[in-house]
Amino acid sequence: MAKGDAILEAKDIVIKFNLRGRTLTAIRGASLELNEGETLAIVGESGSGKSVLTKSFIGMLDQNGWVDSGSVTFEGRNLASVKAEKDWLTIRGKKISMVFQDPMTALNPLLSIGTQIREVFELHHGLSGKTADHAVVEMLERVGIDNPEERRKQYPHEFSGGMRQRVVIAIAVACKPRILICDEPTTALDVTIQAQILDLIKSLQRDLAFTTVYITHDLGVVANVADRVAVMYAGQIVETGLAEEVFYDSRHPYTWALLSSLPQLGVKGQPLYSISGTPPNLFNTVKGDAFAPRNPKALKVDFVAQPPMFQVSPTHKAATWLLDERAPAMDPPPAILAMRAKLSGANSGNAKLGGAR
Amino acid sequence: MNGGDNREVVLELKDLEVSFRVKGGGTFKAVKGVNFSIYKGETFGLVGESGSGKTSIGRAIVRINAASSGSILYKGRPINGKISKELDLEVVRKIQMIFQDPMASLNERAKVDYIVSEGLYNIGVKRTEEERKELVAKALLEVGLLPEFASRFPHEFSGGQRQRIGIARALIMEPELVVADEPISALDVSIRAQVLNLLSSIQKAKGLTYLFIAHDLSVVRFITDRIAVINKGEIVELAETEELFRNPLHPYTRALISAIPQPDPIAERGKIVTVYNPKCHDYSVEGPSWVDVGGGHFVLANTKEVEAYRARVLANG
Repeated sequence: MAKGDAILEAKDIVIKFNLRGRTLTAIRGASLELNEGETLAIVGESGSGKSVLTKSFIGMLDQNGWVDSGSVTFEGRNLASVKAEKDWLTIRGKKISMVFQDPMTALNPLLSIGTQIREVFELHHGLSGKTADHAVVEMLERVGIDNPEERRKQYPHEFSGGMRQRVVIAIAVACKPRILICDEPTTALDVTIQAQILDLIKSLQRDLAFTTVYITHDLGVVANVADRVAVMYAGQIVETGLAEEVFYDSRHPYTWALLSSLPQLGVKGQPLYSISGTPPNLFNTVKGDAFAPRNPKALKVDFVAQPPMFQVSPTHKAATWLLDERAPAMDPPPAILAMRAKLSGANSGNAKLGGAR
Repeated sequence: MNGGDNREVVLELKDLEVSFRVKGGGTFKAVKGVNFSIYKGETFGLVGESGSGKTSIGRAIVRINAASSGSILYKGRPINGKISKELDLEVVRKIQMIFQDPMASLNERAKVDYIVSEGLYNIGVKRTEEERKELVAKALLEVGLLPEFASRFPHEFSGGQRQRIGIARALIMEPELVVADEPISALDVSIRAQVLNLLSSIQKAKGLTYLFIAHDLSVVRFITDRIAVINKGEIVELAETEELFRNPLHPYTRALISAIPQPDPIAERGKIVTVYNPKCHDYSVEGPSWVDVGGGHFVLANTKEVEAYRARVLANG
């Protein structure tokens, strides 16, 4: 398969959860394409469904959740209809693996880290004895852990947060997955360590040629890693495009609001743009554009009908009625206009440290 | 904001040290010889990575941890160690703290009414029940919550609302200095802006002074007037916020600034992250001291480094 072809395709996914007798629709018809070799970042606030959506790709939805409709095509199979744990084991960890947010809870505190990495080689590659040990040492070295021969015998508590995350990454890439999903991989880490972990994932991606999906709420991290960005809100993807398109030429009011509320783009001494209200309750049916109640400039139609995806460019889509030809012209907020200006090159010189100030 | 000599100093730290006993004997110095002053009405940022000692400083100021040596002066009077009962009551009122995690910092079994006014019970001022309720209602309104919320429990609120309750609890004491320890890092992105705006507007309305402790330099840049950067218990650099970003001098500060991801893909792609290596300092001949390189820009350096830093500031204009 060539770089850039679709490796995974999710279509109209609906995911529901049963909570105390009530049904919550966490994903309300999300479609997403993942291209070979790219890095896609899924952004959204907590509860937007970004984790739930990707968990459905590896069969890790909680017991009370299920894919209600839609399909996930991967290697000619529909992952949405995979049910048996035995079948998932041929995909999860082997073809699609995941790095979790908190490296302390992702690792077993009772097993040495060498044992935990070795497990992958034993289960998926059938290695044993010295060859497995050798593979473990090699892997630890590759993820930047000094003195791997000694350190593989140590336990998770003997590692710092950054080092633990390196171990988790080692486990995730040990069986050379085709897709690596990183769920907030650096949220629990310091900024300087964060930069190192992001670089590590990038270099592994170059060497092992996998496709990466980041789930994060940190738009700085997104700008650093992503080729493409998908913005999620209330269980739907509201905008997707190349990183440049989403950052410098965003079209959905929610993306505008998200970007405008960043302190990096604010003007000192003036209030930051802030999103009022809360996301809709997904126990109820959502009518129209889910973001409309929080959007002070929402159109009338936003409360009535759900907007379809409008194509902005071959790579850029957004689900907002503002892109309908009948919609009134509306200027994005100042911070977004400043980002647009940046793309046209006017500002690129001093964009290094400061943001839009 | 230059020449701070005639501004009123609200809080001054002199050679502050905080140590902790370690299991198996010995002590760990979390904060080593820290000196800085906070002026009335400003927002002073204290930035560092986890384990740098920034929270220990905040907790020493509100006297949750004892300072092991050095002094903490509130308006010129030492408040660490043994102090008079009157001063103790005054400091309890005038220095308040806002905590990081609004999920952990509110008593789950108490109603908002009690949580917000608990401090009032402790300062020995007699109030009627009515007066107290009035104060709670006022504090809730100030942070953008409805007075009716007083009869609810914390679990009925979202993270952002809970942080507002935490702020109301500090405000009801009519503080002068508020120590805010990572007040927004546990909140969702869309809620952060609300809480930052709230903190700024309250500061303007009441002339509050903030000590804002955080690890996220981009947030700190937006909200503070001056910043102190702390690494392994030592302040390595202190300057007015924009000056610090224009002329970061200490290699640790430079590394920290270079590591902040910006929401700007083009800038991010061309970016070079510098890594701080403590070995880059040659302190074999002369150790570092705390030096003003000009205009209240302090850095921890020895004579040779100071010369190089001064030259860099001049070249940068």
